[in-house]
Amino acid sequence: MQVNEYKPLIVAFCCNWCSYAGADLAGNNRLNYPADVKIIRVPCSCRVNPMFILRAFQRGADGVILCGCHPGDCHYTSGNYYTRRRMSLLFSMLDYLGIERERTRVEWVSAAEGAKFAATMNDFVEKVTALGENKRLEDLRCKK
Amino acid sequence: MQEIKREILINKAKDLLADGTVDRVLGWKAGEFDYDVTPAVFNSADEIEGDFVWNGFCGANFSKYLVKETLKGDGKVLVFLKPCDTYSFNQLLTEHRFDREKVYAVGVPCNGMVDVNKIKEETDSVVSIDFDGGNTVVHTLYDGDLSLPTEKLLSERCVNCKSKKHVAYDELLGEDGEVCDSGRFDEVARLEKMTPDERFEFWQNELSRCIRCNACRDVCPACTCEKCVFDNPESPVENKAPANSFEEKMFHIIRAFHVVGRCTDCGECSRVCPQHIPLHLLNRKFIKDIDELYGEYQAGSVLGNRAPIVDYKLDDAEPSEAVERGDENA
Repeated sequence: MQVNEYKPLIVAFCCNWCSYAGADLAGNNRLNYPADVKIIRVPCSCRVNPMFILRAFQRGADGVILCGCHPGDCHYTSGNYYTRRRMSLLFSMLDYLGIERERTRVEWVSAAEGAKFAATMNDFVEKVTALGENKRLEDLRCKK
Repeated sequence: MQEIKREILINKAKDLLADGTVDRVLGWKAGEFDYDVTPAVFNSADEIEGDFVWNGFCGANFSKYLVKETLKGDGKVLVFLKPCDTYSFNQLLTEHRFDREKVYAVGVPCNGMVDVNKIKEETDSVVSIDFDGGNTVVHTLYDGDLSLPTEKLLSERCVNCKSKKHVAYDELLGEDGEVCDSGRFDEVARLEKMTPDERFEFWQNELSRCIRCNACRDVCPACTCEKCVFDNPESPVENKAPANSFEEKMFHIIRAFHVVGRCTDCGECSRVCPQHIPLHLLNRKFIKDIDELYGEYQAGSVLGNRAPIVDYKLDDAEPSEAVERGDENA
């Protein structure tokens, strides 16, 4: 008997210097996190244009998480401070439009925090799975 | 209606043309109907005498027109600016979008502009419109002549006027006013108090009417990029067939996001929207968030101000805190 269990699609933008290395560490330490998380490596969390996030939803993502260095630890000194302001405003706007706020998240994960990376992803996937499919920011033309 | 008379503006324009201070004038002229007053460039005193219009329909904000107009010749352009227009004027100067030396700005006081849709709610057969003191006299085909108090016909942005004070000008006609303590964020606050489902319903209703005419972008004084992301055929928003309303949401979120910290809340986007979408509510949400999270900020109020989106503090709120902030008031 086939069981059709719902698996969300999660896009994780990870900064090259901290969070991507954090994901690596999680792997090296054999920590489990769901395979539903698709990681996109970016040079810095502030490389992520608001359009990337909307576009990820358009192309079928059910949740988008953005990971960067802890404030103060940015490889480029101040990139993540700009990310913080931008994403505060963008997520607040998505909330204003009635998009579920659990579908978006910003988390600071350093290269040493493999365990935090795995825990964050487990938690995020669980929350998005509970919400179900992304209906409010879907584009029917992009559905398979 | 407007306290200051058309003759004063015309005489000022003619004087400045005659003494060579300016060689053209950016002003308003009649459109097809009385309420279709449209921006125009006047080159001579005769044109001004014949076509110049100044009444309750002169809503157009000329600041953006200066970007192109100042490139066209060596002489100065005379521009008439209402108080709210001067904020956009300052903002564009801050961004170095035009040469201040090529502009002669004359500030005109404004009592608020009329929203023709409020007249059309009263009658659907408007023939012509006159202003008589505090009343707007509408001559109609089937309903006779209607005399309506102009105060009741003002557009939303004028009811909630943010400022009657000019923040930039070379010369001022009439008296300058004060910054107003308006309730322009009340509607945003009302939406914030709704449940997410209600908000989604509200915006779905509004944004699904969008026909992607791009008028809001084209008129916006903050949108002056020569190459716009929405003109890119590779962008996901250029395609017009509306399969569902994703595209409109994307367009309006990004449009509003691109002017964060630069939007002066002049309200032109809502004025030109043919579908009457309250676009100013998106811009005002960002302005309200900036005020609450990063301190009060009015774009264009001071020349050379640094917008909060290109700045940061070490102890800024986290995005999760920013989103959850409204919950206790709900």
